[in-house]
Amino acid sequence: MVRRTVRAVRLWFSPERLRAEGTTPDYRFSLANERTFLAWLRTALALLAGGIAVDQFLTDMRWAVRTAIAVALLAGGALCAIRAVNHWVRSERAMRRGDDLPASRFPTLLALGTAATATLVLVAVVVGWAGT
Amino acid sequence: MSGARHPAGTHRARDPGAQPERTRLAWRRTTLSFALVIVLAGRGLVVGEARGRAVGGVAVALMALLWVGVLALAHRRLRALTSPRPAAPDAATVLGAAGAVVVTALLAVVLVAVRG
Repeated sequence: MVRRTVRAVRLWFSPERLRAEGTTPDYRFSLANERTFLAWLRTALALLAGGIAVDQFLTDMRWAVRTAIAVALLAGGALCAIRAVNHWVRSERAMRRGDDLPASRFPTLLALGTAATATLVLVAVVVGWAGT
Repeated sequence: MSGARHPAGTHRARDPGAQPERTRLAWRRTTLSFALVIVLAGRGLVVGEARGRAVGGVAVALMALLWVGVLALAHRRLRALTSPRPAAPDAATVLGAAGAVVVTALLAVVLVAVRG
């Protein structure tokens, strides 16, 4: 697991090694991969905006709950950005080698995390509303 | 993608999918989204209590600097994407853009913590 992570991280920083593999794919596939990377980056930015918004707008909520939700969203955003790089490298390498594109359970985890956070915020808002 | 079989410069000179242009617009959307995050973070300094305003101000200023850095990366990439068959972005561009978002997330955690 650790060795696999180290190998993945080394690949992020060494495009020469990426270029040494296989053949250059059709430029349109590379551009599509780049747009997917940017879309994941925007997802990360949206999570950051969500975290900052929770902190700024849910001011009636208890400090601990509000900060916990905000930090969870911000951490999710950071994770999303890191994963965007990893997925970009893996897709680029798969295209060069002519392999299938990498499958990932990350979108499912992100969806579940988002749903859980939304439910938490909803419950917190309703409870806070009933409390006043 | 039947067009891929045609060699360069034959009857498929123009990419019918306008891929470089779509990629340029994706970069623009990304820098715009980044700007919105920083405006939202800055709002917290202007509205509400004065607590943690100094540290928070530094955090937001650093976020703005990161945004300028990404803007520069995006600008360079937008120019590279004007060529008819642009190459994939280099690792510095990809890592730089994602790294800026990760550091912004850390700065936002600082912001949330000091504003308490």
